[in-house]
Amino acid sequence: MKLVVVSAGLSSPSSTRLLADRLAAATVAGVDAGVEVEVVELRDLATEIAQHFVTGFPPARLAAALDAVAAADGLIAVTPVFAASYSGLFKSFFDVIDKDALTGKPVLVAATGGTARHSLVTEHALRPLFTYLRALVLPTAVYAASEDWGEEGLAQRITRAGRELARFMAPGGTAADSDPAQDTARNTAPDVDTAAAIAPRSLHGAITSVDPADGFEVVPFAERLAALRPAE
Amino acid sequence: MQFGIFTVGDVTVDPTTGRAPSEHERIKAMLAIALKAEEVGLDVFATGEHHNPPFVPSSPTTMLGYIAARTENLILSTSTTLITTNDPVKIAEDFAMLQHIADGRVDVMMGRGNTGPVYPWFGKDIRDGIDLAVENYALLRRLWDEDVVTWKGKFRTPLQSFTSTPRPLDGVAPFVWHGSIRSPEIAEQAAYYGDGFFHNNIFWPTSHTKQMVNLYRQRYAHYGHGTPEQAIVGLGGQVFMRKNSQDAVREFRPYFDNAPVYGHGPSLEEFTSQTPLTVGSPQEVIERTLSFREYVGDYQRQLFLMDHAGLPLKTVLEQLDLLGEEVVPVLRKEFANLKPANVPDAPTHAARVAAKSAATPSAESSAKSAAPEGSSK
Repeated sequence: MKLVVVSAGLSSPSSTRLLADRLAAATVAGVDAGVEVEVVELRDLATEIAQHFVTGFPPARLAAALDAVAAADGLIAVTPVFAASYSGLFKSFFDVIDKDALTGKPVLVAATGGTARHSLVTEHALRPLFTYLRALVLPTAVYAASEDWGEEGLAQRITRAGRELARFMAPGGTAADSDPAQDTARNTAPDVDTAAAIAPRSLHGAITSVDPADGFEVVPFAERLAALRPAE
Repeated sequence: MQFGIFTVGDVTVDPTTGRAPSEHERIKAMLAIALKAEEVGLDVFATGEHHNPPFVPSSPTTMLGYIAARTENLILSTSTTLITTNDPVKIAEDFAMLQHIADGRVDVMMGRGNTGPVYPWFGKDIRDGIDLAVENYALLRRLWDEDVVTWKGKFRTPLQSFTSTPRPLDGVAPFVWHGSIRSPEIAEQAAYYGDGFFHNNIFWPTSHTKQMVNLYRQRYAHYGHGTPEQAIVGLGGQVFMRKNSQDAVREFRPYFDNAPVYGHGPSLEEFTSQTPLTVGSPQEVIERTLSFREYVGDYQRQLFLMDHAGLPLKTVLEQLDLLGEEVVPVLRKEFANLKPANVPDAPTHAARVAAKSAATPSAESSAKSAAPEGSSK
């Protein structure tokens, strides 16, 4: 199984990365099978993300990061709070990701900030973003203010959130197997509305990868034409 | 193989002077560039179609009609004609008329257009883009291939016993290319009809172009038009040349850095390594262009984007001199040597008329025969 961690911390060392690593460790501890963890540091991709906005395609390292997120069984997304919301860099990464890449994927959201007054940023900013992307946003979100690092509650919240993500990542351990027909939403083709909509995020639209291994799926032309014929 | 140029028709400030040409100057420059293309021995001139500033070419067949009168050999084409927002009846008529004026030196490239507001300006919805391309082109095909058409569809008012005029020259409609950067549905459409597929090949990495062209080739064979290698492929390209490579880089850099599409983003060096953009000597352009066939296979048409980003007319004409004198003659020879015998030549009106008359005596050449329509022998 694969767990991808996206961290938008900017300093080094970064408390955002620290929270991300602890959440990853708590998740790994809760999964029985082997878990491969990949961390995507958005700071390292900042220039490539900006280039994607301008050119419409991701440079190689960004394409690899977007592919990793799309292929993950679970995602941990952590941002610092900037101006009462997620950071612009964090949002920009999820602006250029394929709009179907997170569909049905369990996502643990978390944030760091200088004061506890921003603790609901996970609910008013992060949760709607990932809901829009049709992710399965886990009920427990973790916010860590500066003072939380020296207090007791944070560790328990991290453990609870990690266990939650582990449970939803586990094969057969989630709501996904209750109805085989609805299984693995992330493996099914995007619905027609989504596929037909033109992504507004760049001049040329956004793609997660320039070279998916198995290429395109094609609707045979005759079917497409027939669907447009008015009923007699 | 055919070589030519395609233009977007943008009015852009020259970043080295701070001055933008007037619409009139830009339109006249486009005409001068087209005539220069013929003079230096290129095969094709193609113009874009736009209905919003800062672009000027809203009326391609008007422009191409003028160029037809002033040239002898140049094939006149588009890059692209908006199959989504134009009335297919008017496309059928405009391009059949242009065929007669230009004695057959006409083909056309269908595209959807990616400017959202243009759709509502023409009473359409961008979310119907693929469906519009599918239905409108299906009607266009019938208007060209059948003398009398009765038709009903989703997007356009029905037709009863309608004949579009004039009829295509010699009973052979203009060859059609379908252009798309990122939509596999359009590669599929081109394959279904046995039409050509053009990939702009400029803005995205070559791996993406390869993927789209491969899909088109596979589906072309699937529909029985020939082998994948026999599918009709065109590519874009973008170059800036000076005799001395460093001079090319130094002169082009301010235009690159401020270019409308990719400016203020990646560096010139990053973009040339990520995409087919080549800035350097004619020899470097030759080598890069020859490498395209390594990822799309042997192909029939290569168009270069030369007049954009505010480059002055004088510079563009110098570029065309270099292209016509130093680059294309070598490419013609090299590509011809590399091309296997079973790969068809680029389509021309004369070859398609000959192919049609060769097929006609059998009296079975209905519009939908299994013969690979559009590929010359």
